[in-house]
Amino acid sequence: MPPKPETWLRVTPNGLYCVPGDFFVDPVLPIERAVVTHGHSDHARAGHRHVLATPETVAIMRRRHGADGTTTYQALAYGERLRIGDTTLGLLPAGHVLGSAQVMIDHAGSRVVVSGDYKRRPDPTCPPFEPQSCDVFVTEATFALPVFRHPPDEHEIEKLLHSVRVFPERAHVVGVYALGKCQRVISLLRRAGWDRPIYVHGALDGMNRLYEELGVPLGPLLPATGPSKKELEGQIILAPPGAVNDLWARRLPEPVAAMASGWMRVRQRARQRGVELPLVISDHADWDELCRTIEEVAPGEVWVTHGREEALIRAASLMGIAARALNIVGYEEEAGA
Amino acid sequence: MNRFAELLDSLVFTPSRNGKLRLIREYFATTPDPERGWALAALTGELSFREVKPAQVRDLAMRRIDPELFGWSYDFVGDLAETVALVWPDRSGEGHAPRLSEIVETLRAAVRADATSLLEAWLDGLDGTGRWALLKLVTGGLRVGVSARLAKTAAAELGASNVAAVEEVWHGLEPPYEALFAWLEGRGPRPETGAAPTFCPLMLAHPIEEGELAALDPADFAAEWKWDGIRVQIVARGSGKRLYSRAGEDIGGSFPELVEALPDDVVLDGELLVVRGGEVAPFNDLQQRLNRKTPSLKMMSDYPAAVRLYDMLEERGEDLRGLAFRERRARLETWYRAAPRPRLDLSPMVPFESWDELAALRAQTRANGIEGLMLKRVDSVYVPGRPKGQWWKLKRAPLTVDAVLMYAQRGHGKRSSFYSDYTFGAWRDGELVPIGKAYSGYTDEELLRLDRWIRNNTTNRFGPVREVAPGLVLEIAFDSVHRSTRHRSGVALRFPRIHRIRWDKPASEADTLELVESLLT
Ligand SMILES: [Zn+2]
Ligand SMILES: [Zn+2]
Repeated sequence: MPPKPETWLRVTPNGLYCVPGDFFVDPVLPIERAVVTHGHSDHARAGHRHVLATPETVAIMRRRHGADGTTTYQALAYGERLRIGDTTLGLLPAGHVLGSAQVMIDHAGSRVVVSGDYKRRPDPTCPPFEPQSCDVFVTEATFALPVFRHPPDEHEIEKLLHSVRVFPERAHVVGVYALGKCQRVISLLRRAGWDRPIYVHGALDGMNRLYEELGVPLGPLLPATGPSKKELEGQIILAPPGAVNDLWARRLPEPVAAMASGWMRVRQRARQRGVELPLVISDHADWDELCRTIEEVAPGEVWVTHGREEALIRAASLMGIAARALNIVGYEEEAGA
Repeated sequence: MNRFAELLDSLVFTPSRNGKLRLIREYFATTPDPERGWALAALTGELSFREVKPAQVRDLAMRRIDPELFGWSYDFVGDLAETVALVWPDRSGEGHAPRLSEIVETLRAAVRADATSLLEAWLDGLDGTGRWALLKLVTGGLRVGVSARLAKTAAAELGASNVAAVEEVWHGLEPPYEALFAWLEGRGPRPETGAAPTFCPLMLAHPIEEGELAALDPADFAAEWKWDGIRVQIVARGSGKRLYSRAGEDIGGSFPELVEALPDDVVLDGELLVVRGGEVAPFNDLQQRLNRKTPSLKMMSDYPAAVRLYDMLEERGEDLRGLAFRERRARLETWYRAAPRPRLDLSPMVPFESWDELAALRAQTRANGIEGLMLKRVDSVYVPGRPKGQWWKLKRAPLTVDAVLMYAQRGHGKRSSFYSDYTFGAWRDGELVPIGKAYSGYTDEELLRLDRWIRNNTTNRFGPVREVAPGLVLEIAFDSVHRSTRHRSGVALRFPRIHRIRWDKPASEADTLELVESLLT
């Protein structure tokens, strides 16, 4: 009889701790050994002694946190296995951002998969989520309410391009997260045939360059600071969410404030943020994807974290799957998710 | 429907009038008849069918989703139509997506019992935005910040026409307006309106300041009071009698006692007022009536409505608009005296010889209900819109108060990076109490400087709003002060705008609430 997962995988103030492997998954405070699912800052904190992650996530963390010498990195590619203590560990694609992984931990005949953040729809910038059967599936729940249904990406990109056609004398500035969302929006625009240069805010440069180095082509990009107002008419500009409605945007010709985020699905939320063109593009699973994933993975039990736990627990129980909330503190409700 | 839904969705988020206009025009230009005609009807509030009750929509949703999940969703979203649209399981790829025309035509013919099953099938065919628009439409909650006039303007711009031309034929037309679109696109004749009581677009005045009068010859002008109500047009033609607002909306439903009393075969221009014993009541009283779609008997006796007449545009089928104002006025007076005219009276002319005399007259007059003076060229023909040099509106000098900036909020559209909406207050017992909000009255340079001042003096932030330290005095101009139960200060200003920014004045020397109260009308 294999040990029950709750006896060897525990919630601590530092985050989720694997007892037989003596490591944390996405710890929220600096610790000795961390396994990191992906490069977003609330999952990939600085200051750990040893970090294990996919090669891409290692590259992202190195770029983010610099080589301060306190952290040593170990890369584990998708599909490889590694013994750590009394566990076997593997990383599986999560489809969230470049390098994002689910952490699969086998111990004494039982298996837990920690999803990290994930989504199920195709993303040109990273490999798709791989469902893996397991005893316990730890899932995120950022958009775990039935109101969150992300429309097809092409539909949202077409909405942006339509607005550019209707307002050709204005600049369209789209608020995007630097890691993942930015490159995905660029790739989606390229797929929709937008081959003109895309103008980017300086804060997005580093990650764009890294994506290209890691083999994700983004096409012609130009800095958004420099060109005259006239040159920026009819152009698409990407900027961090905070810059879209602030001083920075004053350099642009009559900017249309757009935002690419799953939160844009709810009109009141979008309006509160002063968004004129909400684009429902998210790197997180929507409600249907969350439910479908639980159904496909068909775990013995679901642990829910990182979002709106209660609704997803309710949905799992309606499917006849036992579910409970993991109360890990420290993950943010990302505004630009 | 999906295209129309996308249009509505973008209108909700587009703050500027021009942006909205562009979106609607583009929709009309790229959408075939009769679809666009029904859209025009929806945007102008001309659709009528038996509405679906919110409770029916809720029941429908409960058939598709777990009540517990629905409850959490509704709590999060806060709007029933939007919640149902979002949580409805998406089958839009499989079902039949109805056109707007199909929805409207079917609903018009439907009996109440059918409506929910029709709705259910449509919800299955549409995508999320389509479902949202459908639910807003059928529950009568379509509010996208577009006036009927703006929608008509967009239609007019399809051709080289203007909104006045559309308004002139509008009330003789029925949705889906195929003849109107054909005319606007140059494919058909101007629609015949015959004897229908259609609206004649209004002639409007330009504002003028006293100092600018010297350039004009007083002998060319007639003067009359501008009453503090709303400008209306009475149209009685054939068997139809209508009371139109300035924008050409039929507002007769709110004033049945007035419509009943209207004379036959005449088109009149005047001011809608609440009048008690010959005295014009404050604008607030009229507001009570304007807010009611169907007034109670008590409302009608407590707030009796009347129209004070300025001008006459048509008499027994004869179009008088080509005559000079002097002649139209004479015709109006003769007509008025020929029979009793209940609920109507004549706005008196104000005789004067010189501008100085007029200024003196104006200064003396603090009569109730007078908003200012109108100057009309005696030879002016009646032309829709604001023709140059014909009519002038001499406003009463505004009241002003020195108030202290308390909160600033980000604007919309072009101003979204600026703190451009200001809440200001007056002192009461050493504490500031908000008395109003202003969004206008400053130059672009002043806006920049205000924005900088606000960022440097913020003491608290709530979303798009910043609370600032009491340190900046704004001289606020406004037309009048009224009692208000909705504001903590107990008063509300009418048309407040920033008159001057008093960078020099210490906040402690700003005015008190007591002073503001002394200006109550
Ligand atoms: Zn993430
Ligand atoms: Zn996350």
